[in-house]
Amino acid sequence: MEAEFGQWFIFGLFTVFIIGGGIGTATSRNLFHCALWLIISLFGVAGFFVLLAAPFLAAVQVLVYIGAIVVLIIFAIMLTRRLMGLREAPNSQWIYGLLGAIVTFGVIVLGLVLASTGSAPLLPSQPISQITGESLRDLGIALVDVNQYVVPFIVASLLLEAAMVGAIVIAREDE
Amino acid sequence: MAEFLINSGWNATLAQIVASALGAVVLSSFGLVWIIFSIWLERKFAGRVQDRIGPNRTGPYGLFQTFADLGKLLTKEDITPVGADKHVYNFAPILAVAGILAIFAVIPFNHAWIGADLNVGVLYFVAVGSLATLAILLAGWSSNNKYALLGAFRAIAALVSYEVPMILSLAVPVMLAGSMSMQDIVKGQSIAYIFVVPVSALIFFISQLAEVGRSPFDLIEAESEIIAGFNIEYSGMKFAMFYAAEFIHAFVICILTAVLFLGGWRGLGAGEPGYELFGFFMLMAKSVAVYALVMLVRSTLPRIRIDHMMAFNWKFLVPLSIVNLLVVMFLARPFVPDYAAAEALVAQGGLAGLIGAIFGAGFIAELPRAVVLLVANVIMFIVATQLLHRYGEAQRAKLGMRSVQPVRAAAMASD
Amino acid sequence: MLPLNAFLIVGALLFCIGMYAVLARRNAVAILMGIELMLNAVNINLVAFWRYLTPGTAATAEGLQVGMAGQSFAAFVFVVAAAEVAVGLALVISVYRNRRTVIAEDVDTLRY
Repeated sequence: MEAEFGQWFIFGLFTVFIIGGGIGTATSRNLFHCALWLIISLFGVAGFFVLLAAPFLAAVQVLVYIGAIVVLIIFAIMLTRRLMGLREAPNSQWIYGLLGAIVTFGVIVLGLVLASTGSAPLLPSQPISQITGESLRDLGIALVDVNQYVVPFIVASLLLEAAMVGAIVIAREDE
Repeated sequence: MAEFLINSGWNATLAQIVASALGAVVLSSFGLVWIIFSIWLERKFAGRVQDRIGPNRTGPYGLFQTFADLGKLLTKEDITPVGADKHVYNFAPILAVAGILAIFAVIPFNHAWIGADLNVGVLYFVAVGSLATLAILLAGWSSNNKYALLGAFRAIAALVSYEVPMILSLAVPVMLAGSMSMQDIVKGQSIAYIFVVPVSALIFFISQLAEVGRSPFDLIEAESEIIAGFNIEYSGMKFAMFYAAEFIHAFVICILTAVLFLGGWRGLGAGEPGYELFGFFMLMAKSVAVYALVMLVRSTLPRIRIDHMMAFNWKFLVPLSIVNLLVVMFLARPFVPDYAAAEALVAQGGLAGLIGAIFGAGFIAELPRAVVLLVANVIMFIVATQLLHRYGEAQRAKLGMRSVQPVRAAAMASD
Repeated sequence: MLPLNAFLIVGALLFCIGMYAVLARRNAVAILMGIELMLNAVNINLVAFWRYLTPGTAATAEGLQVGMAGQSFAAFVFVVAAAEVAVGLALVISVYRNRRTVIAEDVDTLRY
């Protein structure tokens, strides 16, 4: 019982991080603050990964998202410095955006409720017990196993390479 | 600890939480207390190197100098500049210290003392280290000061670039040990990795120096160029936190180098059970030895220019670390140590038995791989330094300066 | 133990927040951040489904072989996110250089 409470407590804490950070990102007028809210949100997601017994993904989340992607975003914000202090208002269609988001959320929750109630619920309430944090080796093998994900893995690395070259070509100044 | 509390009638969950919290407090206070000593050590050392005496007024040998400084910093006015982003400005120093202290969680002080033996330990400390980068960014931006922003720009550009060779060289011990857990990496070092892959150790050390912003890479806070950079607006205790973070980080990189490449708590029988405390002192001794090197570099080398720093990284360190990774990858695979076979060999006696008795069976198991990799590393090192030398000569020729070679030849001739 | 629904609902909420950010923000960088939020929501779902419903888990001779589809997909999402943000920010900086703006609505030459 107590262990359950502890889990709910940690879950709630990270949920507050994720949702609070998300709302901050979406609504903050100051672009730099948006990026900081985004960090909080991403940190909460890393916490979720730990809760879900995927410590590798949690570490990668902090390393790649917070350490690289957000730093890159902040760098871009600083490079477009003239607009940094700009108080930005949402655009004219924000009300439709809000409605659309609420409707989408409603539909998803409805789907979840339908799927998890009734005589034969589709969604389990118990995790698979055999999976523990020691699945790291399996993940490593899965990514290079010919029968599993080696082709997507190589394609992903090519994509990264292409993106890097593309970014440099786009952003470099004309000579 | 947790067991003791449970035995004395505590609730199991609560005992676990209390024990973890206490462990965290002990670990982080160890880091904080250590810097009081290490600041004194560094000043004294730099003083000696530069033919000065160093602090010698407060207490015996100036040992209490740090406390005096602390008192001074505590009584200074705590300023938040007008126009600064208040919350971010106040949060940045905390993040800087917390990010560094969090690294202590995965450092194995001996075979039992480790905060959390994560199976992604190496990745964890790289990830946590990137939080320190973030702290610098926040400080630089929120100060509302041009120099602070410039300093933050420099810092981020440098830190992000030097993370590339650092991670590439980190992959080598991970590959050799076959694990990302810090404890497993230490256990895999019957032969310390510095004797197996010295090139990786060197790249790791250099990129970590850059990560801390120590001389010769201290242009993040170059006083003469950008008047201290990102922390220019900070005063009093907030400045002290940045200062402390820098010193802890400097020592943490020494501990990490010791753990990853110098065999951690192993050596002189420290690995045997019953010598827990000795393992801790072994690690500390190794770390302080590395720290001496850091201090020596700091007090002797001049600051390099930012474009040189970036060029050195992207044109030399990154290609070298990629080549190094590939070489180790292909050469280490056929020589994966077979500990069971080595034990059997030692049990047979003879020469193997003798060596096994002195160095342990793991030494024999890792010997073939170590020899092969060491030879490859030495070749790689010679080629790399030759390339650097050629490049330097070409640069000198372009600038119309005299080559080093004739000078050296002339010096030899005159002898 | 926490039910799978809890994670899915948080994921859905985060996805919708990200969607709102993409639809309502005018700044191109903020739109990119909204996309990051949506990708993270997807990642939460992928890992949660992996934890609760892993397909391909089987007992083999060498022990339990755990299917890794969810975590592998999440790793690929990381790659895509990194690529997307690199190219996206390069575009933003390029646009800023040429037109002195990062407001998505002001970049409307294609309209005419």
